[in-house]
Parts: sequence; C-alpha cells; structure tokens
Amino acid sequence: MTAPATTDALLVIVPAFNEAGAIAEVVGSVHKHVPGVPVLVIDDGSVDETAAKARCAGAEVLPLPHHLGLGGCVQAGYKLAFELGFEYVIRVDGDGQHDARDILRVLDKLKTSGCEMVIGSRFLNSSGIQTGVARWLGICLFRLVLRPILGKPVRDPTSGFVGVNRRALQVFSRSFPLEYPEIETLVVLQRRKFRFEEVPCQMRPRLAGRSSITAFKSLYYITHVLLGVFVNILKYEGRVRRATESAAKQGD
Amino acid sequence: MDRLLNVTTGLSVLLLILVLGSLRRAHIRVEYSVSWLLAGLALLVLSRNQSFLQTIARTMGVVDAPVALLMIAGAVFLLMFFRFSVIISHLRDDNIALAQRVAILEYRIQSLQSGDGN
Repeated sequence: MTAPATTDALLVIVPAFNEAGAIAEVVGSVHKHVPGVPVLVIDDGSVDETAAKARCAGAEVLPLPHHLGLGGCVQAGYKLAFELGFEYVIRVDGDGQHDARDILRVLDKLKTSGCEMVIGSRFLNSSGIQTGVARWLGICLFRLVLRPILGKPVRDPTSGFVGVNRRALQVFSRSFPLEYPEIETLVVLQRRKFRFEEVPCQMRPRLAGRSSITAFKSLYYITHVLLGVFVNILKYEGRVRRATESAAKQGD
Repeated sequence: MDRLLNVTTGLSVLLLILVLGSLRRAHIRVEYSVSWLLAGLALLVLSRNQSFLQTIARTMGVVDAPVALLMIAGAVFLLMFFRFSVIISHLRDDNIALAQRVAILEYRIQSLQSGDGN
C-alpha cells in the first residue's frame, strides 16, 4: 500500500482475530461496494488463516507480533494510516456484521459534516438485526451515562463501525483506549471538543465465529468501560487544570 | 505469641532466601528485589524485637502485638502489589507500543522490498 495520491484518501481498516471464516468475504464486499479503496486487515495474532485469506482476497495485511486486544489492534491501523497520510479511515469489523454498502454513507457524512467521527448506528434504522437483551440493556445504560458527558444523545455507543478524519486520527495515533475502545473514544473526542455524528447502518449476523463478549464477560465489560469513561474524564480535567495553572504562573 | 512470632521469623527468612536465590540466578532484577528484601528484613526485625513491636502495637492501638505485625505485613505487601501493578501497567503500554511499531516497520520494509516504496 502506497501513500495516497489524493488529499482526501480513504482507508478501510479491518481489525481481525481468528476471522478466517469471514475475512475473505468482508474484504471482497468492501472491494465490491467501494472499489479502488485500499483495505488494511490488522491481524491481531490470529492462529488461523486470517492473514493468508485476507491477502488472497486482495487486502493489505498488517500482522501484529502478538495478540494486543481490540484497542491495540485498531490503534496500529490508525498509526499506519496516519503515517501514510490518509485523510479518512473507516473501521469495519472482521466478522462480517457490517454492511460494506454503508461505508460510503459514513464517508459522505465525514466529508459533509466536517465532524471528526461518524458512527454507523444500527438503531437509527429499524431494519437489520438489532441485538440481544443483555447487550441492549448495556447499551441503554451507556446511553444514559454518556448523554450528560457528551452533551448530546448517542444511539449506538458500542458500534464498531466507525469513521474518523485526520484530526481524530492524529489524536488516536497517540492515545487510544486499549481494551474496549468504542465508548471511551467518544469521551476522548468530546474532551477535545471534537464532534461526532451517527448515520444509520445495517447490522447482519456474524458470518463465522463467536463474539468475544460472552454473557459471562458482560459484567466485566460494563464495569471496565464505565471505569474507563470516568478515568478519561478525570485525566483530561487534570491536564486542563495543570495547563491552566502553568499558564497562570507564566503570566505572573 | 512466641510461636506466631517464630512463624513470621521463619517466613521472613524464607522470603529473604528466596529473593536472594532468585537474584543469584538472575530470575529477578535487582531493582525489583529491593522492595521484597526490605519487606523481609522489616518482618524479621519486628518478629525478633518484641519490645519494639509492642511499642508499635500500642501506637496503633492494637492490644495484641502479633496482630499489629500481621497488619503491618499485610499493608506492606498490599503496597508492594500496587507498586508492581503500576509497573506492569507501564510495561503493558510499552509492550503494545513496541509491538505496533515493529508491525508497522516490518510492513513498511516489506513494502519497500516489494517496490511499493511508501
């Protein structure tokens, strides 16, 4: 993959861990619906044939030396995209749940709205599968928690179908939540006065494999994410306070 | 009381031997062994010096000196575990950043070798 020739180049990244059953179709679908756009599969230390199948399907593959988890995997893609000079990056999950036809809708919103992040939301559109009861309850809880923090409602805070522009890419290249990034990234962006929008998207059943978030892990997930949200707020407020104090001292 | 203090003495000696042995075999780095050696020595001194231990117990408002010793030992070990959690967190962050950098550099080297030239 070469550095993009145009100033508004798009890169589609696909974080993947043991997605050999779905990755070829995901890559093929992106190539079919968004022709000419490079696809970067970040292989998070898979033990199956994810990397080989992605290459055969025509994707570029960034193989990580060992398993880093979703956040570390996505951030590696963001770092490479930023270094190569891409203006927009859209993340699509490697399990085939996201419909590649929605990529252009996300890209269009990124370009026209000028906001830093666009989320593909399954709840802005009644069609397509929704989610299980446990996850739905979790999403409702996160909506309640995030509403006052973000200053606006977010319908699908756990969506992994996310597009970012170069300003957000710069921030995420330096600092990115490492385990369950979707919700914390919203807080990271809001603290920097960046904006996000949602566009409707279709969610399909996984093409293969099972979700990494099992029922047993849900409680840990909720606790971890809530803690991460509040830590991000505290970290940012602390930085702002120190910067203000430092500026005041210099003024004296 | 004496029996309990003998047990803590034995444990502290065991801890010291274990840490020193690990140091000798290079299983633990010197900078990470200091906390354990200090904790082991403190436990040993307090176990063998009853008057000092009783003074500390009275200061803490604990009637039973061995209970005070166990409380101190517990607090020290909790602090050490916390310190190691901080160290592990830093190492984990560094490890992730390094792994990402290695992956990106490998990718770019392979792109150069294959003529992509980015």
